[in-house]
Amino acid sequence: MSALRPPALLDRSPLLKATVGSRGNLTLSVAVLLLAALALPPMLRWLLLDATFIGTAESCKAASGACWAFIGEKLKFVVLGFYPQDQAPRAYAAIGLLIGLVGLSAIPRLWSRWLAAAWVAGLVAVLWLLGGGGPLAPVPTDKWGGLPVTLLLSLGSFILAFPLAILLALARRSKLGGVRLYAVLLIETVRGVPFIAILYASTLLFPLMLPAGAAIDKFARAAVALSIFVAAYLAEIVRAGLQAVPRGQSEAAASLGLTHWQTLRLIVLPQALKEVIAPIVNLAVGIFQDTTLVAIIGMFDLLNAARAAATDPQWIGFYAEAYVFVAAVYFVFCFAAARYSLWLERHLRTP
Amino acid sequence: MVDGVMNASAGNEEPGRARPGIPAFIRLWLGGWPLAQIALYLGTLLLFVWLGRNLVANMARLGLTPGFEFLEHAANYEIGESFIAYAAGDSYARAALAGLLNTIVVSALGCLVATVLGVALGIARLSINPLVSRLVQAYVEVLRNTPLLLQLFAWNTVIHLLPVPRQALSPLPGVLLTNRGLFLPAVDAGGHGAVVAAAIVAAIVATWLVLKRRRRLAGPAPRRVVVLAYAAAVLLPVGIAAGFGVAFAPDIPTLGGFNIRGGVSMTPEFAALMLGLAVNASASIAETVRAGILAVPGGQWEAARALGLRPFAVLRLVVLPQALRIIIPVMTSSYLSLTKNSSLAVAIGFPDLVSILNTTANVTGQALEVIALMLGAYLTLSLATSAVMNVYNRRSVLRGERR
Repeated sequence: MSALRPPALLDRSPLLKATVGSRGNLTLSVAVLLLAALALPPMLRWLLLDATFIGTAESCKAASGACWAFIGEKLKFVVLGFYPQDQAPRAYAAIGLLIGLVGLSAIPRLWSRWLAAAWVAGLVAVLWLLGGGGPLAPVPTDKWGGLPVTLLLSLGSFILAFPLAILLALARRSKLGGVRLYAVLLIETVRGVPFIAILYASTLLFPLMLPAGAAIDKFARAAVALSIFVAAYLAEIVRAGLQAVPRGQSEAAASLGLTHWQTLRLIVLPQALKEVIAPIVNLAVGIFQDTTLVAIIGMFDLLNAARAAATDPQWIGFYAEAYVFVAAVYFVFCFAAARYSLWLERHLRTP
Repeated sequence: MVDGVMNASAGNEEPGRARPGIPAFIRLWLGGWPLAQIALYLGTLLLFVWLGRNLVANMARLGLTPGFEFLEHAANYEIGESFIAYAAGDSYARAALAGLLNTIVVSALGCLVATVLGVALGIARLSINPLVSRLVQAYVEVLRNTPLLLQLFAWNTVIHLLPVPRQALSPLPGVLLTNRGLFLPAVDAGGHGAVVAAAIVAAIVATWLVLKRRRRLAGPAPRRVVVLAYAAAVLLPVGIAAGFGVAFAPDIPTLGGFNIRGGVSMTPEFAALMLGLAVNASASIAETVRAGILAVPGGQWEAARALGLRPFAVLRLVVLPQALRIIIPVMTSSYLSLTKNSSLAVAIGFPDLVSILNTTANVTGQALEVIALMLGAYLTLSLATSAVMNVYNRRSVLRGERR
C-alpha cells in the first residue's frame, strides 16, 4: 500500500498556481467566478435582501424576494401537520425523544444491548406520546404529521428491519439450499422494484387480502412496507460485513467450544456489523429521505405538510419557500449524518 | 449429502458406476433439515392461499372477477403524453404499454444525461483548481442530502415558472424554454426520421467495430482517419436517403400564435422528471467516477506522464480504462435506482407506468393484477439492465486482465 501515491491530479499545489497557474486553470477559474457573479446576487437578493421576514401575505406579494413570514406563520403546521394544536407539546416531546436517541446512538462508547433496549422503549414511548392512551387524549394516526411522522417512520422502520435483515443475511449465506433460495427471492424482489410499488401494494392490495371486517391502520401498513424495504437493503450490507470476517475467526471460536449460534452472536456478528457501519449510516440517510414518498399515498410527512401549508388559501402558492425550508431541514440532518459516518470510519479503523 | 460428493468423484474414475442423479444433487443442495425447509415453503404457500382466498372473497363482494381480462376493456382516461397512439377508449393494456414506454424513455434519457454530467463532474471534482473542485463538491452535497422527491417538486416548480411561449427564454439559438415545455431544434426527414436515425446508429457502431479491429491488428488509426470515418458514418446514410428522395430540412422551433411549433419538444413534466432524475443521479455517478479514478495506483499516472502523455491523454488512455473496472458495477446500481426512481413521476403528474397502473387500479379495483404487473415490469427492467451491464462489465474486466 505504501507504493500508492496520490495521483497527479491531487498533487498539492499552491493556491495561486492552482487557480491561475496555467491557461486551462485560469479559464476554469474565470468561468467559475463568472457563474458565481451571475447566480449569486439574484439568489442572495431572493433569499435575504428582498425577502420579507415579518409581515402578511399581502406584504410578501408586494416584495420581490422570498416570504419567510409564511414559514414563520405556518411553522407549527409544517413541523406537526394536522396534529391537534392543543396536544402539540406531546409531538414536540416525541421529536425530542427520537432526536435524543439518535444522539445517544452516535456515541460508540454507549453501544450495548442497553441501547437496543432504549430504542425499543423509546419507540413505544413515542407511539404512546403521539397516539395517546391513559391520561393522554387519543389522537388517530391519520392526524399525525410533519417531523414526528418523518422521524418515527424512518427510525422505527430501521429498528424493525434490523433483526429481519440479520436473519435474511444469515439465511442467504446458509448451507441449506431452500433457506438460501427463500432469502434470495425475497431480497432480490424487494430490491428490484421501486419503493412506491411496495407502498401501493400495502395501501391498495393488502387491505383486500384481509378477512372481511378486519383492517390494519394505514400508518402501520406504511411502516411495515418501509421495514421490509429497508430489511432487503440492510440484509445485503450485513451480508457484505459477514463476508469480510475471516473464516479463522469462526474456526477459532468453534475450537474453543462455542456452539454455532454462540459463534455467530459473540464473534462473527459484532465484527461483521462493525465493518459495515458506514454503509449502514448511508442507508439510514437514504431511508430518511425516502420516507418522503409516503406523501404519494396521502400521508403528511414533513415535505407533504410543507406543501399543504402552501395550499392555505391565505398563503397560497409559496411553494418555493416551503421547499427551501424543508430542503434545509433535510440537509442539516443528512449532512451531519454523512460527516458523522466519515468520522466514525476513521474512529473505528483498527490498525 | 456426503454420499453425493463421493459418488460424483468416484463416478468419474470408474465408468461402470452410476453417476449421481438429480435426487442426489437436490439432497446436496438442500443440506440438512429437509423437512423444516419444506415446511417453510409450505407455510408461505398456506399464507398466500389464505390471503388469496380473502382476496377472492373480498373481490366477489365488490363485484369483481380476478384475472387479467379487464386489460382488454376500454380505459376511460386520457394520458398526458405517449409515444404510441393512445386515446380514451383504448384498452387498459394499451394504456399500460404507453406508460411502460414513457418509463423506459425517461429512464434511458435520464441515464444518458446523468452519465455525461456525472463523468464530467467526477473528473472536475479531482481538479487541482480549488474553485472547480469545491463547486462540484457543493453540488454533490446539496443533491445527496436532500430528498429526490423534493428535488423533483422543485424542478417542476422551476419549469412551470418559466415564461409563457410568447416570451420564451432562448439560452442558445433554436432552444426555447417555456412553461409549456422545452423545445430543441431537430432535423425534419419528411417522415423517414426513424429509419435514417437507425441507419446512422448502425453505421457508427460498424465504424467503431472496424476501428477497434484495426487498432488490435495494426495499432491506433491516425486521428484524421478516425474523424473521417465517423463523419462518413453520419453523412453516408443521409446522402443515400437524399438520393432516394428524402428531403432534409432544419426543424427549428418557432413561435406561432400562442404556442411553439416545430423542433423536438419535451412537456414540462417530462423535462422536470428527466432533469431531476439525471441531476440527482449525476451526483452519485460523480462520486463513483472520482472514487474509481482515485483507486488507480499513482504509479500509473507517473509512468504515463514519464512516457510524455499530456494530462488529459493520461486520463483518457491510461487511468479511465482501469478505473472503469471499479466504476461500472457501481454505475449499474445508479442506473437501476434511476429507473426505479422514475416511478416518482406519479408525484409530479408525468404518466409513467406506476402512475397509469395506479389510475387503472383505482378505476377498475383490480389491485392484485395491477400490482403484479407493476412488480413484474420493474423486475424485468432491473434484470435487463443488470444483464446488459454485466456483459459490458465482463468485457471491460477482460480487457484489463488480458495483458
